[in-house]
This record gives sequence, C-alpha cells and structure tokens, in this order.
Amino acid sequence: MNIGFDGIVDGGWSTTPHVRALELGDHDPLVRGFTIPNAELTLDANVDPYFKGFTNLVWKLDANGETNVELEEMYVITTSLPWNLQAKVGQYFTEFGRQNPQHPHSWSFVDQPLVLAEMFGPEGLRSQGVRVSWLAPTPFYTEAMVTVANSAGGTAYSFRSDESSAIHGGVALARDVRGFKDMLIVPRLASSIDIGDKQTLVGGVSAAFGPNNSGPDASTQIYGADVYWKWKSLTAAQGFPFWSFQAEAMMRRYEAARRVAEDGTVFPAETLRDQGGYAQVLWGIKPRIVAGLRGDVISGDVARFDPENLDDRFRVSPNFTWYPTEFSKLRLQYNYDHRKNLPNESSLWLQFEFILGAHAAHKF
Amino acid sequence: MKYFPQSFAMAMAFSVGLPSAPIGAPPAAKISVVATTPDLGAIAKEIGGDMIDVKTLAKPTEDPHFVDAKPSLVVTLNRADMLIEGGAELEVGWLPPLLETARNDKIAAGAPGLVIASQGIRMLEVPTTLDRSRGDVHAQGNPHFLLDVTNVKLVAAQIADHLGKIDPQRATAYKENLAGFNNRVDTKSADWAKILAPFKGAKVVTYHNDFVYFANRYGFQIVETLEPKPGIAPSAAHIAKVIAAMQSSGAKIVLVQPYQNRKTAETVARQANATVVDYSQQPGALKNTTTYFDLMDTMVKSIAAALQEKK
Repeated sequence: MNIGFDGIVDGGWSTTPHVRALELGDHDPLVRGFTIPNAELTLDANVDPYFKGFTNLVWKLDANGETNVELEEMYVITTSLPWNLQAKVGQYFTEFGRQNPQHPHSWSFVDQPLVLAEMFGPEGLRSQGVRVSWLAPTPFYTEAMVTVANSAGGTAYSFRSDESSAIHGGVALARDVRGFKDMLIVPRLASSIDIGDKQTLVGGVSAAFGPNNSGPDASTQIYGADVYWKWKSLTAAQGFPFWSFQAEAMMRRYEAARRVAEDGTVFPAETLRDQGGYAQVLWGIKPRIVAGLRGDVISGDVARFDPENLDDRFRVSPNFTWYPTEFSKLRLQYNYDHRKNLPNESSLWLQFEFILGAHAAHKF
Repeated sequence: MKYFPQSFAMAMAFSVGLPSAPIGAPPAAKISVVATTPDLGAIAKEIGGDMIDVKTLAKPTEDPHFVDAKPSLVVTLNRADMLIEGGAELEVGWLPPLLETARNDKIAAGAPGLVIASQGIRMLEVPTTLDRSRGDVHAQGNPHFLLDVTNVKLVAAQIADHLGKIDPQRATAYKENLAGFNNRVDTKSADWAKILAPFKGAKVVTYHNDFVYFANRYGFQIVETLEPKPGIAPSAAHIAKVIAAMQSSGAKIVLVQPYQNRKTAETVARQANATVVDYSQQPGALKNTTTYFDLMDTMVKSIAAALQEKK
C-alpha cells in the first residue's frame, strides 16, 4: 500500500482584513497571517486483481486554529472491465473540467480560480456516486464518461445544498429524492492530440445537471469547456524547460422557483445566469523554477444575493515557485482583486509545502 | 479481449492473402509491445524481430524519471499486448496514473503481458536506510542496470519467456532469436572488454549517478557525480569539490547524457583539463545508435577514444 502525506502552510497579508471575501475556497488562505489549508493523508493500493482503492483524509485548520477533518475522497476504480470501460465508485472530486478534480498539492497557484467557488462552492463538486468511463478506439485519446451522484450537501453546491440561499436569496427548501431526475448527472468528453514531438493539447467539455432546492421542481445546469496545452523541450532536464497554458470557461443556468426570503421578500420565478473563467500560463524556466500568471473573472446574477463575495470581479495573480526537490515547494504569489462597487485589494502569499512517503504521481 | 484493429488486420490479411504468407495459413498479427524506455524497446526488438511491433513511452533524449503522463500514452498502453517496464521505481513518477486510465488487463500486475525488467537482476547500491535527506534514492537499488551487458541478457531472457507465454505459436522463434542475440552479445561483449581493457582503473566523473553498472563491468572508478545528491542540482561549492577531486585523482572524463546540463559539465572539464563525453543509455539519443549493439559500440568507442587522448 502506498501511504503519502502532504502538508501546506500559507502565510501572508492582504490590504483587507476580510480575506475570506477575496479567497473563496476551502483550501485557500483564510486570514492575514498563517493558514493551514491542507494536511492530507492519502492511501492507495490494488485491492485485488479487479479493483484499485484510494482514500484521502484531509485536515484543515479554521481561522481560529480549530481542526476540521474531512473524508475528502474514498473510492475504488475497476481495473479489468471489458469494452474499454472503467467504473469508479465512492466519494471523489467529480470529473468536471480540469481544476475541480485536482488536489491542492498539484495546484499551480496558491488558491482556486474564483469561478469554481462561485459554481461549486468552497468545497468543490465532490459528491458520492459512480462514474463510468469509456476509452474510445480512436487513434488519439478520447474518453467519454458520466457520473451519477447524490445531489445534496455542500459538495453539490449549485444543487440541493443547504447554502443555496447564497445563490437565490430565498429559503432553501427540503427536497426529497423522488426519482432518477433528482440525482446529479455529470457527463464529460475529453480528447487529446500530440502536436509533433514536443507539444500536447487536451480539450474537454463537461456538464452538470441536477435538482436545486429553490423550489420543488427547480433544476440547475452547469456547462464547462476546458483546454490545456504543454510544450516541453526534447532534452528537458528533470522536465524543464516547459511552457503550459490552461483555461476553463463555465456557465450556470440556475432555474430559481418563486421563493420567499427569510425577511419575507418574495422573489418571482426566474433563471439566474452566471458565468466565469480563468486562464493561466506557466513557464518552467529551468529545473525546479516555475513562473506563473493567471487571470480570473466571474460575473452574473448571483451578485444580487452575495455582493461582497460574488459580484462581478476579476483577479490577476502572478506567481513564482521554487521546488527544492519534488518533495517540497516554496511559492510566492501576488493577487490583485478588482470587485465591482468595492475597493481594489492586493494580497501577497507565501506558501510552503512538503510531501512524506509515497511519491504521488500526477495526472497530466 | 482482442482489440478492434488487431482483429481487423487479421481479417484483412486473410482476405487479401499476403504473398509472403504460406498458402492456406493467415499470417499471424504482430504482437504490440510497449516499452517504457527505448533501451528496453531495443532489446525487445532483437528478440521479437518482425513478429512484434515496438512502441516506446519515453523519448530517447528524455529524462526517464520525468516523463509526462500525457493522454496519448494512455492509448498506447490500452492497445498493448505486452508492457516492459524497468521497475525499481524508475517510472514511479509517471507510469501509475497512465496504467489506471489504460484499463488493459493484459498488462496488469501478475499478467503474462507484464515484464518488470529489474526482476532477477542483482541490483547495485541497495540502500540500507531510506531517508530523503540523502536525495531521491531509489529504494530497490540503482535502476540504471542495463549498462551492464550481463543484465541485458537476463532482461532479454525474460522478454523471450513472456513473449512465448502470450504468443505460444511462435515461442520457438522467440527462443531462437534469444539464442542468436546471446551469441552476438557474447561476441560483442568480448570485443568491448578488449577495447576497454587498457583503461581498467580509469577514473571518471558523471553528472547523475547512472553509470555504476558500466563502471562495475569494465573496472572504472567513479570519482564524483556533479549532482551532490541524486536529483539535487550541482551547486558552486560542490562543483569546486568535484574539480579538486578530479585534479587529485587524475579523472580525465566527464560523462553527460543529452538531458543533463552540458554547460556545467564543460565548465568542470575545462577547469580539470578533462574531456566531456556525451553518452546515453537510450538508443536513438545519439547519432547512429538505433539498435542496442550500435549504442554500446558508440559508447565503448567514444569512452575509449577520450581516455586514450588523455593518457
């Protein structure tokens, strides 16, 4: 069995003391000062000739230093189904786009893109369910998959989540699972080609469909497109130099039923539309040194109900990472946040990470 | 489960009737062999010849520890009848996620289609304690074992054995090819030993600690590596130490592979009055090194020439 442990410490400052209004994700810096955003124990092994199992136990400290523990992932994948199929069962980061399934230790930036927190909430899209995938018999990589999962809770944020008042302003309804349509369905199609000897391009489209609890028959649809390009030298020393580009665009249609807010305000039935995206460039300059730049933007109707966090905004984040070895890293990142009707803010974060145990190999 | 293109090829060949096939019998399809690194692929080609089709995951000039697990490699692994990996943790940084998505049970752990080259090899430098403060040390020993020609014969035998298991109709042919390969290896091995005999005891410096098996076979002494610890970049202080060690020991060559920092090697060589020798354990990285024998010939001759020049 492979056992690995990953610890991350963020330290830094912002021009606003309300760091949580700038950093929306659960694994992002929380405060002026120090944050422990992720302490992750991973176990994985072949269960038998038919299955491989994984689990991720995560500890986070909140702004008061209190420990929160999370069973972040626990799943098996099949290793020998026929017809190029593979199933994955359990709790896991839903395969939507490129960034959502990534663990904090493989992030290229200190924090998550804003659009993911806007549409998938602070915890990310990460429900309990099953995913079936098919590797197509094409000469280039093409994989089609669909997840069927629970549509409730903080890990199904735009669906039957208790926190949905932040999205639609009304009181969140308690909705039962009446039929298959009340499940969360997430299809995805991804493909990749190599261009010559040094470049690879990966593209994908994803969608998420499920019920939301603004009303008894309301539903949400989220759509996303993602692209990743990488260039690496043929004589790359330890993988350097390289250039990479990654971008995602997402759009959410939240069908909100006629609903009543806590204070009695009545909102008519309407479709709330939100959209956002990010683009990031990484330059692996020489062994162990990476420079990065990311631009983030979100806008949409949800601004009406959560103006401090989710009003139209953009962010620019240049950063610089030094990896003393593959098992440790030091990252410096500057964030410039611009929010509509609010002052612009600057933040500077220094992140340190260390890895113990099994050498965690990343997906491309 | 036979995959689509292979059965299609067989059907086509049967219906068209290739002229070289014996009358009445359809020519057998090629076995799809995937090797993680080109050196393993080159050995497989010697054993399998025209009966196999060899694809390699890492490129010849690529650092084999740091190959990108790109999706096209998933497709290659999915279609493979056999996978040959070096083992000894060389590919641990990139192969597992590829295999998870490749969903090919012909190359799963324990399947006859999986060859782990390090099995049965007498590994050098097996660490007694595992501690990453010593750098990225491989737990099962130094994984660059194909630089010793004896180990090449062991790996070739494993490949012939596994090919015979997954393709029993041609098992005899693989055995014959193995015998032929071993004969050629024994002859060439004697030649290489003769060429390098005058330089027994020669002191050399390498960039990364990947030359041990070759040094062991031909009696060279590795005085220093430019990396102070495996995977750690040469620092100014360490470079000074290497130069001093070369001057006091009389080491006259600095060996560097295509993906390693040649400028650093040149600086050291200049200061120590030594020569930089380009080498690679991967066929295809240097000119005229497509086969295993070409590769070893080039390496042995270039090292001998450099040592002769500095005698």
